[in-house]
Amino acid sequence: MTVSVTPLAERGPLAGTAVVRDRASARAFVDAHIIPYANDFERAGCIPQELLDRMSAAGLWAPFLPPDAGGAGMSMVTLGELHEEVGRGCSSVRSLLTVHTMLSWALQRWGTPEQRARWAVSLARGEILGAFCLTEPEAGSDAVGITTTAVSSGAGWCLRGTKKWITNGQRAGLFLVFARVGDGPAGSIAAFLVPRAAPGVSVRPIPDILGTRASMLAEVTFDDVRLDSDALLGPSGFAAGMVLTGTLDLGRYSVAAGCTGIIQGCLEACADYTTRRQVGGRPLRDLELIRAKVSDMVTDVRAARLLCAEAGRLKDAGEASTIIATWVAKYFASRAAARHAAEAVQVHGANGCGPDYPVARYYRDAKVMEIIEGSNEIQQVTIASEAYRESRP
Amino acid sequence: MSDQVQEQVREFIGGRYPDAEISESDDIFQLGFINSLFAMELVLFIEKRFGITIPNDELRIDNFRTTRSMAELVERCSPAAVGAKA
Repeated sequence: MTVSVTPLAERGPLAGTAVVRDRASARAFVDAHIIPYANDFERAGCIPQELLDRMSAAGLWAPFLPPDAGGAGMSMVTLGELHEEVGRGCSSVRSLLTVHTMLSWALQRWGTPEQRARWAVSLARGEILGAFCLTEPEAGSDAVGITTTAVSSGAGWCLRGTKKWITNGQRAGLFLVFARVGDGPAGSIAAFLVPRAAPGVSVRPIPDILGTRASMLAEVTFDDVRLDSDALLGPSGFAAGMVLTGTLDLGRYSVAAGCTGIIQGCLEACADYTTRRQVGGRPLRDLELIRAKVSDMVTDVRAARLLCAEAGRLKDAGEASTIIATWVAKYFASRAAARHAAEAVQVHGANGCGPDYPVARYYRDAKVMEIIEGSNEIQQVTIASEAYRESRP
Repeated sequence: MSDQVQEQVREFIGGRYPDAEISESDDIFQLGFINSLFAMELVLFIEKRFGITIPNDELRIDNFRTTRSMAELVERCSPAAVGAKA
């Protein structure tokens, strides 16, 4: 597949938007287009189309795809840095990137040439946004407990079921849906690419959530949705579990990077606030108890960043150990983000509880990070097994 | 070649599950410890160690049941075999 891609940055009203290809350009983009408006996004409960278009112009949606699929062939290490920077600005925006990345990566890894030809360039350009549909009203961490079914029907499939807590479900144009394809246990789950426009797909927004309030969550119902045979993504049978494992691994990596961004955001907010805020005629930053909190933020953000970089390096090298490395990075970063977001609110006092500073948003968002892409408890169960492995890195 | 592949796969499985003792014909799925996480690790390991890409139609459970079947899979997916097929 060879395509000629004209960067959106070269045309239209968004001309002049710098293409994001590394941490520095990502940081500049976030500082200019996300941070000043992030609290407004949260209040509105959505990300404005103008920003989504600008992210397309910057090439932010799927830069890891190869150039002939509309991407930039970006490494996973660099992708993690981008997601960290976006997470520093707004976890809702980062979460849109996460689910879009998951779908785009799954397509690239498991899709047929025909499936990639149909979807990849549109996903790379952000012309179609993706969403990841696994969780159901009665099945979260227990992924094998899903009840959505895909029944072979003629030359295709008939999809039936309801997915809940779907990030960007309100706006996405393409859903990666996991469904049960047989009556057997684990290995009978398969992945499907489902266009939002397919008859039988309905979307119900979920408002007033605790955190990532602008991530446009939705409940998505598939009511006897007829799909062609080429909607099936990747292998069926035993290997279908790998589509889910691999996709969740990348989502976990993105969330870990985003959590690192939350810690960095807390650090920057606290450094700024405690420099300007006076107490007893001296800046707050002179207090030793404040400095202790800030020093812990400095330390943990560096540790989280290194864990993410290591997980990314292992992905780029194709090493099997990237999966556990990613679990470790997400576990550490999400717990540290929740801890430091709480401390950041504490440092800001009453101001930390209001809408004029970012830390209340960080606090709400960080709590969500301890639940999604593997709850802390699931992570503990999984990571503990590493202690009993014979060959350790 | 086949023996070397089998030995390296055995080492990889042994590194993850030190108590597992498997012969070339033992069905690893009968041993009770395989989950989707390990299956993904196994595929990544084989692709990385032997420099191959396993296509979707080769990701069948029978290709991963034994170290022997995995060695045969590596043989089929090796660049020389893929080149000859093309």
